[in-house]
Amino acid sequence: MTTIDIAAAPLTAIAGAPTLLSIRNVAKTFGRNVVLRDVSLNIAEGEFLTILGESGSGKTTLLRIIAGFETPTSGEVWMGGERLDNQPPYRRRVNTVFQSYALFPHFTVEQNVAYGLRVAKRPEAEITQRVAEALDKVKMSAHAKSKPSKISGGQQQRVALARALVNRPKLLLLDEPLSALDANLRRQMQVELKSLQREVGIAFVFVTHDQEEATVMSDRIALLRSGELEQVTTPREIYSRPATAYVAQFIGHTNLLRGEARDGLVKCGALSWGAKLPDGPVLFSLRPEQIRIASGTQSTGAVRIEGSVVHQAFHGATELMRVECTGELVLTVRTSVMSPIGSRVTLEFFATDAVPVQESPERR
Amino acid sequence: MELLVSGASASLPRSRWLSLHAAAVFAFLYLPILVLIVYSFNGEGVGGFPPRHLTLDWYRVLFADSAIWDSVLKSLQVAFAAMAISLALGIPAALALDRAQFPGKALFRRLVLLPLILPGIITGLSLLMLFNVSGTKLGLMTIVLGHGTALISVATTEVFAGLQKLDRRQEEASLDLGANYWQTFWRITIPNLKLSIIGAALLIFTLSMDEIAVSFFLIGRDNTLPLEIWGRLRRGITPEINAVSTIIFGFSLLTIVLWYRLRARADSGLEGE
Amino acid sequence: MFSRTYRLVVTVPPLLWISMFLLLPYLLMFCYSFWSVSAAQTIVHVWNLDNYKELALKTVYWQTLLRSMWIAARVMLFSLLLGYPLAYFLSFYAGKRKDLLYQLVIIPLWVSYLVRAYAWKTILGSDGVLNTLLQYAHLTKHPLDFLLYSPFAVVLTLTHIYTPFTILPIYAALEHIPRNLVEASHDLGATPAQTFWKVIFPLSIPGVFAGATFAFVLSLGDFLAPLLLGGPSGIMISNIVVSLFGAAYNWPLGAAISLCTLVLVVSLLFFSERLEKKWSFS
Repeated sequence: MTTIDIAAAPLTAIAGAPTLLSIRNVAKTFGRNVVLRDVSLNIAEGEFLTILGESGSGKTTLLRIIAGFETPTSGEVWMGGERLDNQPPYRRRVNTVFQSYALFPHFTVEQNVAYGLRVAKRPEAEITQRVAEALDKVKMSAHAKSKPSKISGGQQQRVALARALVNRPKLLLLDEPLSALDANLRRQMQVELKSLQREVGIAFVFVTHDQEEATVMSDRIALLRSGELEQVTTPREIYSRPATAYVAQFIGHTNLLRGEARDGLVKCGALSWGAKLPDGPVLFSLRPEQIRIASGTQSTGAVRIEGSVVHQAFHGATELMRVECTGELVLTVRTSVMSPIGSRVTLEFFATDAVPVQESPERR
Repeated sequence: MELLVSGASASLPRSRWLSLHAAAVFAFLYLPILVLIVYSFNGEGVGGFPPRHLTLDWYRVLFADSAIWDSVLKSLQVAFAAMAISLALGIPAALALDRAQFPGKALFRRLVLLPLILPGIITGLSLLMLFNVSGTKLGLMTIVLGHGTALISVATTEVFAGLQKLDRRQEEASLDLGANYWQTFWRITIPNLKLSIIGAALLIFTLSMDEIAVSFFLIGRDNTLPLEIWGRLRRGITPEINAVSTIIFGFSLLTIVLWYRLRARADSGLEGE
Repeated sequence: MFSRTYRLVVTVPPLLWISMFLLLPYLLMFCYSFWSVSAAQTIVHVWNLDNYKELALKTVYWQTLLRSMWIAARVMLFSLLLGYPLAYFLSFYAGKRKDLLYQLVIIPLWVSYLVRAYAWKTILGSDGVLNTLLQYAHLTKHPLDFLLYSPFAVVLTLTHIYTPFTILPIYAALEHIPRNLVEASHDLGATPAQTFWKVIFPLSIPGVFAGATFAFVLSLGDFLAPLLLGGPSGIMISNIVVSLFGAAYNWPLGAAISLCTLVLVVSLLFFSERLEKKWSFS
């Protein structure tokens, strides 16, 4: 599958929403370092899209290209029927919330938020009103006259948000804005950001390396790996039908089963089940919660295997167990039943839950 | 994360006026020196345009001039002695500023740094009065004391900057492993400061070789190089002075390139072997 | 972490030296300024205010001081005008050549003051390079007099010498500005010019104060350039002091003037520091 195929898949989750931003075959090289290779992506109006990836995947570079701080080595970016990538940042109707907030230290919160409007020479009355509105939306009205150095990180982040949104951009870019916050504050902000986006109705492009964050907040996730898009789809799709082994492993836990298909039968080590797949090597992704401890008779379409528990990890409501099974297969199982280490268990899963995925070869 | 790739693109798009201005200022800074160098080869001496009759005569005269070489020797002696004093006092001062709290610390800091920004005449004159009152005869010794005192600030600033980059935990580890403060100082602190100290030494040496404002008042019978040149300037200009100036420029250039290399190594975290 | 002995060993020697060779001399200067010189050219240790009365009443001292301050002010102004755009260029536009160009700024600082002042003397003289060049190019018929032995020459030379001093703190302040602030400003719609005046310049002001102070203070107390290039119309306050310690032999009066200069300089430094702090936002 090429990148275009991946991107052409369910284009928008917001049914019928038109395309706002179109990234066409963008590549970016720094010196001899290839950071982005042939990335194509369409962003719909009003959607919350997350660009997800590890460090070095190129996600920040992609964001900066949209914002205008980098120009693509090849490829184009279009917005609203006009070419965007040849415009300087100050002419784009795109605003950014920076990772370190980048608040102006010599201006108060109010003056920071008003900056874009002042530069655009809007009338004073309008500026005052819009700034007050923006601060109210992010609940920072009480700190309007404070300087950035005097407010907390979480508060700075809200100001950065207000400063960007007050300009009513067509698109808002957020570069890992929550990475500096502690876990609880982070969760709270995730919810607030999502509802804020719904409220203002502007498309958000959110960059993060945290897959849980992406799953919780996004309408769609674009998973980037070594400068190429692995999969672009809704969180639900990306979880239940990962396209490649990399995607399956990046989002949540999974078991990768390697085997061979022949004449409608699949053999993975000691396991075997019927599946309509072309002959050849196959790879399956099986989520831990889809494996359970067998009881009673084997249902149709279910596959069973025996093993002994070698490791347990307590995860609150459930446990993650590692089971060494026959044929040197180690499976990770999510279960609410505690089985002591060393005990023999019989595991069961439905053959249809094993999703075939593409191999993910090592990339430079 | 965002700063990772911003290196090259931190520059804004070209601005013609700014580049022109920059070039003009560099020209302003360097042309006089270039003129000096060119005219040191000019047969007809200083002044007159265009330069004709290129020759090495003035350099020949220079090399035969024993008074100049005497003063160079004296300058070297002073520079090395001043270097010793400035470092011996500047390093502890930097350590004190970095690690100790004591009443009057702010005043101490200002006093140490004052000679850097004060016109040399005030430093020179005040020391002159000291030597007068104490009956000390003026000579190379007094110049050494003057330079040494004035240049402590240079040593302190350089070493202090180096201390900021020093990982405190190395010293803690050393103490933890049983070394006492003195051992830690020599085995850990000083080696880590090596580059700062050498850089400071180079700078102090160069500044001392060139120093004239303070030396002016503390001079006895012996001349340092700048004072020797000064004396001749009062009497009239000869292109020989161009020649010696050119050589001084050459040495300064060498020294600063050396200093810069050292600085770059220090900044990149490579501690010299 | 550092024991008491360590801290004593590290603090006491420099403290002692500074007291003896920095504080004590200033104190002595203070004392001298209240003494006088006898007809026999010896110092009379009688405490009086004669020197200060002389300074306050005789106009020549005020005139010279004002002239010195005017020269210093011009040097400061020109150094800033020349230096700031260069520092800005270096910090934001120089890209890969930044390091090299920075070295080029520093090199003149390491070249002897005397060498540079002398260079100007040879250039500006009536037989000098500039005059002969102008005549050679038929731009002038006679040598221009005002070029040398005038306040103009002093201002020109001192600007040449102190511009690098001014560039360094401004450059340091500019380098200190996080680049993401510039990006944020562009992101919010400000052009590079608007970004400069609204964001970059305000944040660089402490550096500007530091650079301006350097240029002003060092020029004010300079005596070498006026001696070499100033002529009778370019005499500065330090030249008077030099002669009082030389041929005009009146140490107490010289000390009084020096002390006043010291007080003036220290006050300027104090105010400059206050202003720097006020305008510092990090």
